[in-house]
Amino acid sequence: MSSEALTSAEYIKHHLQNLTYGQLPAGYERHDASGNVEALQQATWTIAHGAEEAKAMGFWALNLDTFIMSLLLGAVFMFMFHRVAKAASTGVPTGLQNFCEWALEFVDNSVRGSFSGKNNMVGPLALTVFFWIFSMNLMDLLPIDYVPLVMQALGVPYFKVVPSTDPNATFGMAIGVFLLVLYYSIKVKGLAGFAGELTLQPFGKWGMPVNLLLEGVNLIAKPISLALRLFGNMYAGEMIFILIALMGGSYLGLSAASATLFGSQILLSLGWAIFHILIITLQAFIFMTLTVVYLDMAHQEHH
Amino acid sequence: MNINATLLAQTIMFALFVWFCMKFVWTPIIAALEERKKQIADGLADAERAKHDLELAAKRAAEILREAKEKSADILAGGEKRASEIIEAAKDQARTEGDRIITGAKAEIDQEVFRAKEQLRTQVSAIALAGASKILGREIDAKAHNDLLDKLVAEI
Repeated sequence: MSSEALTSAEYIKHHLQNLTYGQLPAGYERHDASGNVEALQQATWTIAHGAEEAKAMGFWALNLDTFIMSLLLGAVFMFMFHRVAKAASTGVPTGLQNFCEWALEFVDNSVRGSFSGKNNMVGPLALTVFFWIFSMNLMDLLPIDYVPLVMQALGVPYFKVVPSTDPNATFGMAIGVFLLVLYYSIKVKGLAGFAGELTLQPFGKWGMPVNLLLEGVNLIAKPISLALRLFGNMYAGEMIFILIALMGGSYLGLSAASATLFGSQILLSLGWAIFHILIITLQAFIFMTLTVVYLDMAHQEHH
Repeated sequence: MNINATLLAQTIMFALFVWFCMKFVWTPIIAALEERKKQIADGLADAERAKHDLELAAKRAAEILREAKEKSADILAGGEKRASEIIEAAKDQARTEGDRIITGAKAEIDQEVFRAKEQLRTQVSAIALAGASKILGREIDAKAHNDLLDKLVAEI
């Protein structure tokens, strides 16, 4: 727990709040830490203090922590692979090159396994999806209080270090994949072919409205399930880390009970972290595989 | 935890990363991998071909060896045949030469015998003349009885 003064509910809320930068409308009443109320004279660009303010900022606000972390992680991963790619030789690979080649072949093999069409973009897409999501998920294994504490010391009120627990990140990627699915569906099957696929099956042309409903739901479900699966898993994992952290937080002085709590926090967070290694890898892999499968479906004339 | 413009930012960032990955990561590494795969395949094919060549060479060497052996056997057999021929020829020559020498010797002997007979004949006639003159007690005119003597000599 970051501070004795926080209640459990505040602690959880604090951990689930993104660092949101946006515009508060004029006349918005801000509550500061000491309980004073201050009405804004004019619309102000600022960092939200708490969920209510973030909500008041509306759509045109940016979650700085999600943005910075995902950019940083993606850049690190791209830099690493790019360095290898620049020096890639046909000789005996060593160290990092070995790892990168292994990773690339692993992704390439899964793509070959489930993607039957011919498209040079699917491989890089799958690689990016896998390693970006994996590195974002990996941040979940950092002790949950460390980064927010450091950030608080630097004057940053909130910092959610795991971008994939922010639905914006997962939906952002899912929408990207969805746009690609739409693009390739239309490119491969033609606009009429794609429309036909949506309306002429499974019940033939007389069941057009029903067909459209069924196939439309089918289509929309793809990005939503992609985004929600990843978000749900990571959010739930994060939540459990927070709850485990709360156990040690309820330390009440030297007693058998609090010693037990403290010990079990260590054991539980260790166990959950080890289990989480599996989850973060699996979720990255599932997102990648489904992306490839959806694109494969978009490339197929019949299904 | 509400949806806001981060969504758009993330989508754009995603697209940029995919583009970067495609252009600067995936393509060169895959190219290197393909190149290496090709090199390995070439190496294996070369090794296979070399093995094949070796087999062929061994077969060829064995054939040449066999041919050489055959040839040498032929030569040996020819040599032996030739030797026996030469020996045969030498034997033949020796035999004819011997025969010739024997015939020559025989002819010479015959001649010698003939000559001795002639000599004997003349000496016998002389002896007979001498004997007869002694018996008669007077000289016989050899000229007068020449025809008689000649007849005698011819009878001997």
